[in-house]
Formats: sequence, C-alpha cells, structure tokens
Amino acid sequence: MTELSAAPLLPLVMRRKRSNPWGYLFALPYVAHFLVFTAYPLGFALYLTAHRWDIVGNDQPFVGARNFQKLLRDDLFFTALKNTLIFLAVHVPLQIVVALALAVVLNGPIRFRTFFRTAFFLPYVTSGAVIAIIWTQLYAGDGLLNGFLKVLHLPPQGWLTSTTLAMPSIAIMATWKNVGYYLMIFLAGLQNIPPSLYEEANLNGATGWQRFWYITLPLLNPAMLLVLVLSTIGAFSLFVEPFVMTGGGPVDSTLSVVLLLYRNAFQFLNMGYASTIGVVLALIIFLVTYLQRRVVEQELTY
Amino acid sequence: MAVMTPRSRLNSLSEPARQVLFYGLLLLAAFTFILPFIFMTGTAFKPPREVYQLNLIPRQPTTDNFKAVFTQIPIGRAVLNSVLAYGSITVSVLLFSSIVGYALSRLEFRGREFIFNVILLTMMIPGQLLLIPLYLLIVRFHLTDNLLGLILPGMMSAFGIFMFRQTFKTVPQDLIDAARIDGASEFTILTRVLWPLSLPTIITVGIFTFMGGWNDFLWPAIVIREQSLMTLTQLVTVYAIGGQSGGQFGAVMASSLLGVLPMVLVFIVFQRYYLQGIVSTGIKG
Repeated sequence: MTELSAAPLLPLVMRRKRSNPWGYLFALPYVAHFLVFTAYPLGFALYLTAHRWDIVGNDQPFVGARNFQKLLRDDLFFTALKNTLIFLAVHVPLQIVVALALAVVLNGPIRFRTFFRTAFFLPYVTSGAVIAIIWTQLYAGDGLLNGFLKVLHLPPQGWLTSTTLAMPSIAIMATWKNVGYYLMIFLAGLQNIPPSLYEEANLNGATGWQRFWYITLPLLNPAMLLVLVLSTIGAFSLFVEPFVMTGGGPVDSTLSVVLLLYRNAFQFLNMGYASTIGVVLALIIFLVTYLQRRVVEQELTY
Repeated sequence: MAVMTPRSRLNSLSEPARQVLFYGLLLLAAFTFILPFIFMTGTAFKPPREVYQLNLIPRQPTTDNFKAVFTQIPIGRAVLNSVLAYGSITVSVLLFSSIVGYALSRLEFRGREFIFNVILLTMMIPGQLLLIPLYLLIVRFHLTDNLLGLILPGMMSAFGIFMFRQTFKTVPQDLIDAARIDGASEFTILTRVLWPLSLPTIITVGIFTFMGGWNDFLWPAIVIREQSLMTLTQLVTVYAIGGQSGGQFGAVMASSLLGVLPMVLVFIVFQRYYLQGIVSTGIKG
C-alpha cells in the first residue's frame, strides 16, 4: 500500500481540485441522519412549545405563548432552577479545585502513576445510575458514612433526607464521579506549559506557590475555561442522580430541571410543556456558558 | 521535576518524612475513590445478616446474592441487548465517522466547510432539547420497545467525525495520490490506506462510543419498557429502585457489580486509548 515513489507524478494529480462527486456521496449519510435525527427534532421541539399534546390522541391544539406563560408561573420550575444553581455552586468550584490538585500531583514525579490514575478514573467510566445506587447506601441513615462519623464521635447526618443537605450531597458525589475526566483535561493543559518557564522562575528564586499562581494558573486558562463550561453544562443536565437517589425529594429539594422535564413528559404526558422546559433550559445553558467564555477570555487579555 | 515544592518550604521535615506524608495523602485520596467499589463488592458477597454491618470484607462470603439476581431478572439477556445495541452503534459510528471524516478532510467539494460547521454546531446542542421530539419520532416509527429505537439516533457521531477528520488531515498526500494512481477507488483508499494508519483513533472513538452508550440510563429508560429488551445499565437500575429486589440490599449490590464490571474491564484494558481520547477532545475546545 505504501507507494511513496509516486512523488514525481504529483503535478499530474494536482488537477483534481474541482468538486469531487465522491465528497457528496461520502457526506450523504451524515446529512441524511442529521435531517432526520437532529434538524427535524429541533424544529419539532420549537413547534411543540406553541402546542399542547398528550401524545395519546392526535389532537395538537395551538396554544401560542401559553406554555411559556405557564413556565413563568410554575413554582416547581423555579424550585428546580434554584436546586440546579445550588448543585452548580457546590459542584463546579469543588470540581475545579480537586481535579486541578490531582492533575498537578500526577504531572509531578510520582511513583505508581498508573495505579493512582486508574483509581481516580474508575468512577468516571462507571454508569452514573449505578454510582447513584451505591452512594444511596453510603449516604443512608445507617450507611457507611454515618458509620465513620460514629467512630469519630460525630452526630449522624441525614445526607439525603435533609432538605438543605440532600443537594450538596448529590453534588459531592457527582464531583467524585467526574474528577477523572476533568483531571485529564487539566493534565493535558499542564503538559503544554513549557518547562523552560519554570526553570527561569527557579533562577529568579520563585517559591512553589508563586510558580503555581503566576505561571501555571494563567497558562492553564484554556483548560480552565473548558472545565468550567463542561462542568456547568453537566450541572444543568443533572438527572439520573436525583432520579435514582431521591426521586427529587425531600420536598422537591433535589428536583432538577431535567427531572421536571421528564415528569411533565412521561408522567403528565404534557409534551408541549416539557418541550418548552427543554428549550428554555437550552437557552439558559447557552447564555451561561457564553458569559463564562466572555469573562475568562477577558481575563486572558490582561 | 518542574512542579515540586522547593526545599526551603518544607525543610523542617526530612526528605523521607516528606515522601511518607506525600504518598500517605495520595493513598488516602486513591482509597476514597476506590472505597465505594470495595463496599459494593464486599456487600455483594455478604449474607443477609451482615449486610447492614460496616465490615467491608464479608466474614462469611456467599454467592447467594448473585443466585437471587440471576433468578429474579434476565441479566444475561440484558448483557446481550447492551452488546447488540451499543455494538451496532459503535460499528456504525466508526464506519460513518471515517467516511464523513474522509470527505471533510481529503475530498474537495462545495459546501464542505458548511457541513463541517453544522457538525461543530450540533456538538453544542444540549441533549435535553432533543429528548422529547426524538422520543416522539421513535414513537412515530413504532420503535419503542425495540432495540432499533436505541440504535438509530446514535448511529452518527459529531465527535467521531471530528476525530477522524483531524487524524486523516495528518496523513501525507503522497500516500493517497499513490493509491489513486494505482487505480484505487475513494472507498479503497479509505479502507486500505487510511484505516490502517488510524488504529489509535479507531480504538479511541470505538471505546468512547461503546462506553458512553453502555452507561446511559435516560434514553433506554424512555424507549424501552419491556424487561426482556432492557439494557444492562437500565435493568440493574430498575431492579434497584423499582422494588423488584424486595429490598434485598445484598442482591442490589450484586446486580450493580454485574452492571459495572464490563466497563471497568474495558477501561482497564484500553486505558491508554481512552485517556488519549479525552486529551484530544480537550485540545479541541
């Protein structure tokens, strides 16, 4: 297959610069799949926001902006949004700190690197639903975590039964689960930093912290932005953890936006309203990640 | 080397003491990540009276929990469903991603950049936006309670196309031209020249697609209701939260272990490629 000697003939072949019909043929499967499974559903999602449909019958009455009005009056939607923000507030900073710290350690000269990397990564390759099943038991009233507290002579906690603690508990579990992924992004960023910068800083007598704050952190900005944006999107997509662990309770304190969407679609068969929630959630995600991009990129220029 | 605490900071501690402290903390961190898995495995082998005790290792190990799982739910069937559904998706994604990636990287045609931009845009669409209309589409095709309902939407992957496009871009033009002069068709060039040169990408995209699908709960939970058609992840989850396990906590952990084991093994075998894939997507951002 390796006919490298063809190089002298190259000018002959250079002529084929026009539209190659094979290009269209090869792109066709994607275009077809895109039209059926992305473009059409996207359009239908928007169509549904202005209609009511219980999926059982064929009746799809036009309701104008009423789904959006309903959303603005729906206390549960704002509860879900607030819960998602609580999750976000615990999950995203914790995720960045833990993943970055472990990435710095793994980037240094350590022994048993593969063992540690595998350990940190194991939760990420495991199904979120199964992780949630395991942690439900760890968090249970008579579970392992309260067992530890007992050994330390600390009072047991209602990890998943307290309205204030349930969402942070889920956020901590989600952080634990996803560390491996974000750690790898940071590790890739760290390995892009030229070692000469550190050597120069060493010559100028910089301490470890100074090197971290003035070299590592600023040069890690692209990785930081990626981790920030991806973990934010992940937070807004929260579903399987509350679905499995709490069902959204206690008293709707772990109800996420996607769980609300799921309930409206598959319990109340309210496809129009569920679709409206989906569209509004997508808009919120676009807006928040856009703002994050702007802020981080602005910092980059200073 | 580069990132090490300078001697001046921790010089109150001797070098061996610092090493012990460092690796002690690191081991503790690693233990935190492995502990839930040890807990799950230990509990899966516990007899009922030990299940709510806090010993991690069962004192009198038993396989009763696994026997209960195998008699109560069709776990073998679920493994088969998962392999069929996500195996098909993986083959399809590899085939079509490389075909489309080839067109987008090495074939000149009008609208190429437009299609590539559309692909990049689709990567930004949050999945929840398409969840409802995609489900309604599957209903319209009469593909609920059908493995095709799982397979069809996942047959194409923007991530896969992106990865193959990047890989094919690095192949020397000479190789492709040489094959053309020998009369090879575009499809032959793809399968005989580009595929053999892209083995790491094939494995990375394959593993990512297969594991991502295998671990998914939401989409199967929407499309599949019939127990004999459930995927492994779905069946194990439904078993745990749906009441069928009758609160036998040991059996729930045994079924969870069975649900987790395949992907942990796949990860340990293909670790290098999997991590490489994350690094590539990271650079993309």
